[in-house]
Amino acid sequence: MMGGLEMENKLIASSSPHLRSDETISRIMLDVLIALLPATLASVYFFRFNAIKLIVLAVGASVLTELVIQKLLKKPVTINDYSAAVTGLLLAFNIPASAPWWIPVIGSMFAIAIVKHAFGGLGHNFMNPALAARAMLLASWPVIMTSWVTTGADAVTTPTPLAIMGGEASGATMPTLTNIMVGNIGGCLGETSAIALIIGGIYLLYRKVITWRIPFTYIATVAVLTLLLDGGFSAMTYHLFAGGLMLGAFYMATDYSSSPVTPKGQIIFGVGCGVITTVIRLYGGYPEGVSYSILLMNVAAPIIDKYTSPKVFGEVKQNA
Amino acid sequence: MDLKNLTFKGGVHPPHFKKSTEEVPIKKAKEPKIVKIPMQQHIGAPCKPIVSVGDKVKVGQRIGESDAFVSAPIHSSVSGTVKKVAQMNAPTGKTMTVVIESDGKNEVHESIKSKGTVESLSKEEILNTIKEAGITGLGGAGFPTHVKLSPPPDKKIDTVILNGAECEPYLTADHRLMLESPKKVVKGLKAILKVLGISNGYIAIETNKPDAIEAMEKATKNESDIKIATLVTKYPQGDEKRLINAVTGREVPSGGLPMDVGLVVNNVGTAAAIADAIETGIPLVERIATITGSAIKEPKNLIIKVGTPFKDIIEQCGGFSEKPGKIVMGGPMMGLAQFTDEVPAIKGTSGILVLNEKDAKIPEPKDCIRCGKCVDICPVNLQPLFISRFSLKDMYDMAEGYHALDCIECGSCSFICPSKRPLLQSIRVAKREIISKRRKS
Repeated sequence: MMGGLEMENKLIASSSPHLRSDETISRIMLDVLIALLPATLASVYFFRFNAIKLIVLAVGASVLTELVIQKLLKKPVTINDYSAAVTGLLLAFNIPASAPWWIPVIGSMFAIAIVKHAFGGLGHNFMNPALAARAMLLASWPVIMTSWVTTGADAVTTPTPLAIMGGEASGATMPTLTNIMVGNIGGCLGETSAIALIIGGIYLLYRKVITWRIPFTYIATVAVLTLLLDGGFSAMTYHLFAGGLMLGAFYMATDYSSSPVTPKGQIIFGVGCGVITTVIRLYGGYPEGVSYSILLMNVAAPIIDKYTSPKVFGEVKQNA
Repeated sequence: MDLKNLTFKGGVHPPHFKKSTEEVPIKKAKEPKIVKIPMQQHIGAPCKPIVSVGDKVKVGQRIGESDAFVSAPIHSSVSGTVKKVAQMNAPTGKTMTVVIESDGKNEVHESIKSKGTVESLSKEEILNTIKEAGITGLGGAGFPTHVKLSPPPDKKIDTVILNGAECEPYLTADHRLMLESPKKVVKGLKAILKVLGISNGYIAIETNKPDAIEAMEKATKNESDIKIATLVTKYPQGDEKRLINAVTGREVPSGGLPMDVGLVVNNVGTAAAIADAIETGIPLVERIATITGSAIKEPKNLIIKVGTPFKDIIEQCGGFSEKPGKIVMGGPMMGLAQFTDEVPAIKGTSGILVLNEKDAKIPEPKDCIRCGKCVDICPVNLQPLFISRFSLKDMYDMAEGYHALDCIECGSCSFICPSKRPLLQSIRVAKREIISKRRKS
C-alpha cells in the first residue's frame, strides 16, 4: 500500500473528461485510404502500369514534400497520420492515365507545399489540396491534362463520355452505361469506376468518417438539375456516373478543412456544388465541372459556417 | 405516450466499463476510524461548524449549519470525539472540515427516530424532514433537495422525473440501488410527489440496465402515479435537461432551470435518502458509491460514510492493483480528478475511479482538422471547435458570441475529438472569463 504523501505529486489532476475515444487522425485517414482501395484497384486494372506509376509517384511525392517541409520548418513530422498519402492518392485519381511522370510530382509538391503547408498545415488549408493542384496542372498543361486514353493494354486516345455528351467530340459514340459504371471508359485515373467509388463512399459513411450531408445533397442536386435541364433520365444517369461526380462528392467535397462544419452549412455546400457542377457542364466551356465547383464552394465555406450556426438548445424559448 | 427508448439529439457512446461492478451486491464499508467531514458538500452557502474540539458527538448529530436558504446542514457519520476543526482538502477544494475520531460504538443521536410514513406526514412535514436531514442531490452536483422542492409560486410544477440513467461509464451505484431497494426509491418518489402536490412521476433508466428496469417496473406495478421510462444508452442521457427533453419533449430555456418548464428532477439515490430520512429519521450521513477503475484490485459497490478518506475506502477494495495515475471522484466523463487520496468522501461521491498510469495519460493534442464531430455530437448544439479556438486566443467576446455559457460541460466534445484537443478545458476557461467580466461590469 502506498502512502498518500508519497503519491501526491504523481497523480494527474486534469480537467474532465478522463476518458477519450479511440478516434485518431491517422485512423480517419487510413479509413479514407481503405475506402479508395476498390477504385485504386479498378484504375490499375483498367490503366495497367500507367496507373501504378502515377499513383506511386503522386503518393511518394506528397509524403516526401511534407517530410521535407516539416523538417525545414522544424515542425513535428506528421507523415504518419497518412493525410499526405491521401492527398497524393486523390491527386493521382485526378490525372489522365497518359500523363508523363513529372505531372503527379509537380502536382503533389504544389498540393502539399503551397495549398496545405503555406496555409498552416492539416486543418488550415482553405481549398482541397488535390483539387487545387489539379486546377493548377490543368491551367499550366491543358493538353496533357485533357488527353484521355482508352482502358486496357493498347491505350489509344479517346474522348470522355461527358465530352461526347457536350458535343465536343463529334463522331464518337457514347460508351454503354455498364462500361461507365465499372469504369471501362476514358477519364482520369480514379474517377472512372463509379461502382468502386460508391463502395468506398458507403464504407466512409459506415465508419462515420463522413456524413450523408455533403455527398447526398451534391449528387441529388446534380441528379435533379440534369434530369430537368438536360433531357431526362438517360442524360441524368450519364451525368451521375460518367464524370468525376462520385469521386468529388464522396472524397473531395467532404475534405474536412475546406468544407463547412455546421450541419446546415454542409447541406448548403453540397447543393451549391451540385448547382455549379451542372451549370458548368451544361452551359460552361468545360465538359466537366466537379473540381471547379468544389473549389468555388471551398472559398465560400467559412462564410457559410458563419451564417449557419445551429440553434442552441433552449435558445428560442428564452427570447420568446 | 410510449415510454420506451427515449432519447435526445447528439451525444456519444463511450464504452460502459460497468461489467466489473454491475453484478456486485452493495456492501457496507468497514467502520472508519477517523472521518473528515467538510462543511461545504453542496451548492450554496457553506455550513459553519457548531461543534468544537473535544466535543462528543453521535451518529446523525448536526455538526454544521447555515442560516442561508440555499444550503444543507451537515451531520456526523460516526459517534466519537471531535479532534480538529480546520481548513482541509476536500474533493471540491479546500474547505472548513470537522475531524472526528470514531469510538467504534456507532451510538445514534437521541433526535434520530422515525418521522412516520409518507402517508401520515403532511407535505410541510416531509419538506422539513428533507431539509433537516441535509439531503442534497446525490447524482454529483449536490444541490440542496429542499430548495428544489420549494419552487416559487409562479412556477407550476407538474412532473417529477427520478434520474436512474447513470450514463457515466464505470458507475453502478444507482443501478444496484434500483435492483436491491426498488421499494425505497418508489417511497422516496412518492414523498417528492406529495411535497409538490402532484401525481405525475417518472423513473427514467437507460436500457443497459434491464434488470433494474424490471425491478422498478415490478415495484411500481400498483402505483398509478408512477411510470417507468426507458432511455437509449447514450451519454449524457442523465444530464437533467437532456433527460427532461427525452422523457417529456420539453426544452429547458437557455440559462433556465427545470422548474421553468414545470419539472423537478431528482436522482434515484436522493429519493432513497428521502425514504430513509422519513422512515428511520437518519440524516444523510452515508451513501452508495462505486469504487472501480483499472488500478483497483477488487472493484465494489459500497455504502460509505461521509467523511471516510478515499484511502481507507480504496484499501477495502484490495488497494491498488498497479500504480495509480489518476483518482477521480465521480465518473470518467464529468468527475473531479484529485491530487491526493487523503480527501474524504462527501454526499456527492457517487464513485471513486482509480485509473492506472496508461489510462490516466493525457494524449498529445494535435491541430484541429475541422472534422466537425464535436459539432455533430454536442447535445446543446454548440460548435466546440470555434469556442475553443477563440478561448485559446483570449478572444472571450467571440467565444461568448458562440454561446460558450450554454456549455453543460458534459465533455462529449473532448471525448470524440480525433485530434485529442482539450476542447472542454478551454471552453471552461472561456466561461470563467466571460462570467468574471460580467461581474466586473
